[in-house]
Amino acid sequence: MKTGASQTRTGSNVRSHDGLFSQLRIALTGGTSGLGLALVREFSARGAHVAFLARHAEPVAKVERETKNTHGIVADVSDKDAIYPAALQIVGELGGLEILINNASDLGTVPLALLADTNCEDLEKAIATNVLGPFRLTKALLGALSASAREGRAALVINISSDAAVTPYPRWGAYGASKAALRHLTEIWNKELSVEGVRFLSFDPGDMDTPMHALAIPDADRTTLKTADAAARDLITAIETALSRPA
Amino acid sequence: MIAATAPVQRSPRRRVMVVDLSGQIRDLPRAALIDLIQPGDLVVANDAATIPASLSGIHLPSQRPIEVRLAGVPSLDPHNREFSAVVFGEGDFHTRTEDWPQPPWLAPGDRLQMGPLSAKILQLLDHPRLVLLKFDHSRDELWAGLAHHGRPIQYSYVPVPLALWDVWTPIAGPPVAFEPPSAGFALSWQLVTETRVAGAQFKTITHAAGLSSTGDPELDKRLPFDEPYRVPQATADAINQAKSSGKRIIAVGTTVVRALEHAVHEGKIAAGENLATERIGARTRLQVVDALLSGTHEPGTSHYELLRAFLTDAELERLTTELNVREYRTHEFGDSVLVSQTINKLAEHEPRCRMPISASTMNKPSFA
Repeated sequence: MKTGASQTRTGSNVRSHDGLFSQLRIALTGGTSGLGLALVREFSARGAHVAFLARHAEPVAKVERETKNTHGIVADVSDKDAIYPAALQIVGELGGLEILINNASDLGTVPLALLADTNCEDLEKAIATNVLGPFRLTKALLGALSASAREGRAALVINISSDAAVTPYPRWGAYGASKAALRHLTEIWNKELSVEGVRFLSFDPGDMDTPMHALAIPDADRTTLKTADAAARDLITAIETALSRPA
Repeated sequence: MIAATAPVQRSPRRRVMVVDLSGQIRDLPRAALIDLIQPGDLVVANDAATIPASLSGIHLPSQRPIEVRLAGVPSLDPHNREFSAVVFGEGDFHTRTEDWPQPPWLAPGDRLQMGPLSAKILQLLDHPRLVLLKFDHSRDELWAGLAHHGRPIQYSYVPVPLALWDVWTPIAGPPVAFEPPSAGFALSWQLVTETRVAGAQFKTITHAAGLSSTGDPELDKRLPFDEPYRVPQATADAINQAKSSGKRIIAVGTTVVRALEHAVHEGKIAAGENLATERIGARTRLQVVDALLSGTHEPGTSHYELLRAFLTDAELERLTTELNVREYRTHEFGDSVLVSQTINKLAEHEPRCRMPISASTMNKPSFA
């Protein structure tokens, strides 16, 4: 995989109450680590109301305690039975929804392996988390998102992608194939539903210095990687751009 | 009428019985719904998501098992923790509601424990099984408790346990309904998008659909309970524009009829939140809704009574006969009816006009 440009870690230059984001109710998955955690913090700092999902209760409680205007929900997006209860909590706790970010991801097989050495179950795991989870959660929350659109508010679904979705990197098969599927789903969703005011976009954050990247490439030079905070700010810029365009 | 027993919202076998302005009845596949929507029509649906409002638990003073069915709230305030509820004795949905054992004697101050959720009975609501209770939890704790311990309210005619995805319509948004606004099971995103292509509009309201049955004849007479609803500004504007242009308003579900006929004042719909208190029936002079897409309903139910606002008694009897002859399925996963307010029903409100009035004179389209 391409490595991202070197980034100097700095504090975030965040306005404490961004006018745009203070109007927004945002749900995101994988909110206790890496990019997801950085997003929870950035959105909170901008005044948004955030519901985030993650699999383990302790980190969920910790992030919720430390970050204002957030609602932590313990749920595993790869579990079909967890999706609708999570959606109920998201909309119940936020009172509505303008943005959904499907961020939780699974590498599939760790250490990374050739496809021929990849267990079927690991490919299924990648698909369950990276494709079916976002698909199911999006469907469950589509009613809330479309209600926002009908009332003239934002309605945006962002699916976190990767250059592995377009470039066939060896040993990245499970992850890459699942991200390619998610990217294609995103484009088709957008064609089908943007007429209803619900927009979909893929966002590739680049190579980030996160626990997941360390799992995938343990010997990477971490100083060459983008910080999760920087990636989060890039995504926020993408959101601002998307929302500045008419639906 | 035969109950639909499988929790499938959009079975290809589903039918719709159409009653047009003249009272003529036709049996069509429900997939033909889009062909019945005409340019200028405004379709209004209820986007409430269904709360898993059935909570098994213990009545702490007696230590007896109970089931609590949340039944209503005073408003759509998201911070509300007080609910009206119907309490049952020990049992589950496999038991017919009317055969369900009685709960223990309930009194104000009694505490109930329902899985991770605890609540106190604040008062009885003029019936030993109907209570106002208040949960002890924060908003987030309450939603988490409902999500993990609550089950969709269901009845014995559906033998399998329902999942939340079974009872959320495709457009389900704010979780405020206690039972599904099941007319919305006929909707699909294809239908919603094709409505626009057909030159019509699709808008929504949010209405806290309540219980359809309590198992107690005295309580059932009080259904529907008062139900809060919200009309968004965009929907109110669209309705008022459509009415002033002589366009047709098609309500998807009885809850939409109840809300819109309550929200109208001097011929205009007001946006905002309110509490629907009236019942729609034979004497209701509809001011907003021209046609209703609903499930099939049995005589004696409040939903059946609502149909009497659209049809004369003779027309309703003919419809009911036809539904039985063609073996339409009833209850939430069953077949549908699409009924217009007929010319003869309109004439009941205009006693001077007893001659048949043509559709062209009425300037309203009939279903093609």
